[in-house]
Amino acid sequence: MKARVHVMLKNGVLDPQGEAVRHALGALGFDSVKGVRQGKVIELDLADGTSEADVTEMCEKLLANTVIESYSVEMA
Amino acid sequence: MHAAVVVFPGSNCDRDLAVAFKAAGAKVSMVWHKDTDLPDGVDIVGVPGGFSFGDYLRCGAIAANSPVCRSVAAHAGRGGYVLGICNGFQVLTETGLLPGALLRNAGLKYICRTVGLKVQTSASPFTAGYNAGDVVQIPIAHHDGNYFADDETIAMLQGEDRIAFSYTENPNGARADIAGILSENRRVLGMMPHPERAADPVHGGTDGQALFRALTSALAEV
Repeated sequence: MKARVHVMLKNGVLDPQGEAVRHALGALGFDSVKGVRQGKVIELDLADGTSEADVTEMCEKLLANTVIESYSVEMA
Repeated sequence: MHAAVVVFPGSNCDRDLAVAFKAAGAKVSMVWHKDTDLPDGVDIVGVPGGFSFGDYLRCGAIAANSPVCRSVAAHAGRGGYVLGICNGFQVLTETGLLPGALLRNAGLKYICRTVGLKVQTSASPFTAGYNAGDVVQIPIAHHDGNYFADDETIAMLQGEDRIAFSYTENPNGARADIAGILSENRRVLGMMPHPERAADPVHGGTDGQALFRALTSALAEV
């Protein structure tokens, strides 16, 4: 089984990389882009029976820094 | 004073930090990240700069979960002293020994140059060799030194006189110009600038020496 963890900077935390991407898109003529937030996706290959609670614990302990990041877990 | 300097794969300021401690009169032991115990009688742990574990996941995140960091946290919990510089500061925020986090520099560039730092408080064993208000010249070398904490935390740090150093000209977007902060008991200091790179005349500056000397004299009596 697999899980996919999405980690994003929290709202209100400046994302300079997202800003740089927004500028670059604007320079390419994509005027419709009002904002960009960049995050990461972590795919976990898990032993059968691993619970979503286990993955949440992994996020809290290592995968995300909850001072600056929020995360969501998608079990597949 | 007995100092232990932690070495992670990717640390690159560990030997510089050891030299600075020794020059101030300390006995120094190097400690590998897989070691589960600190040497007996360690007064202060130095967490050095560098790129521990390649900065994978987040700067300092993997180092913060290494075996030696559990001992460092226990040492701090017993009232032991800890100095985290640059990547070491990132490690200390990741372990939760210091509040906040270090984000990518606002200008996105890696910055390596000497900057002005204002000493915000002399009330700590790290900063007792300076006067509050002094401006010192110390090098920075980082890509992720943009200090972030929520408004409440910043107000708490200011209210409790826990900002040790601030930038005279903010190079990285850090909130409240913060370059270094103290723990509640003032025995843990994390800072992005490198005092160990301004600790010998051949470095081109010696403004960092006072930090190591103040520590040695404070801890000589422990």
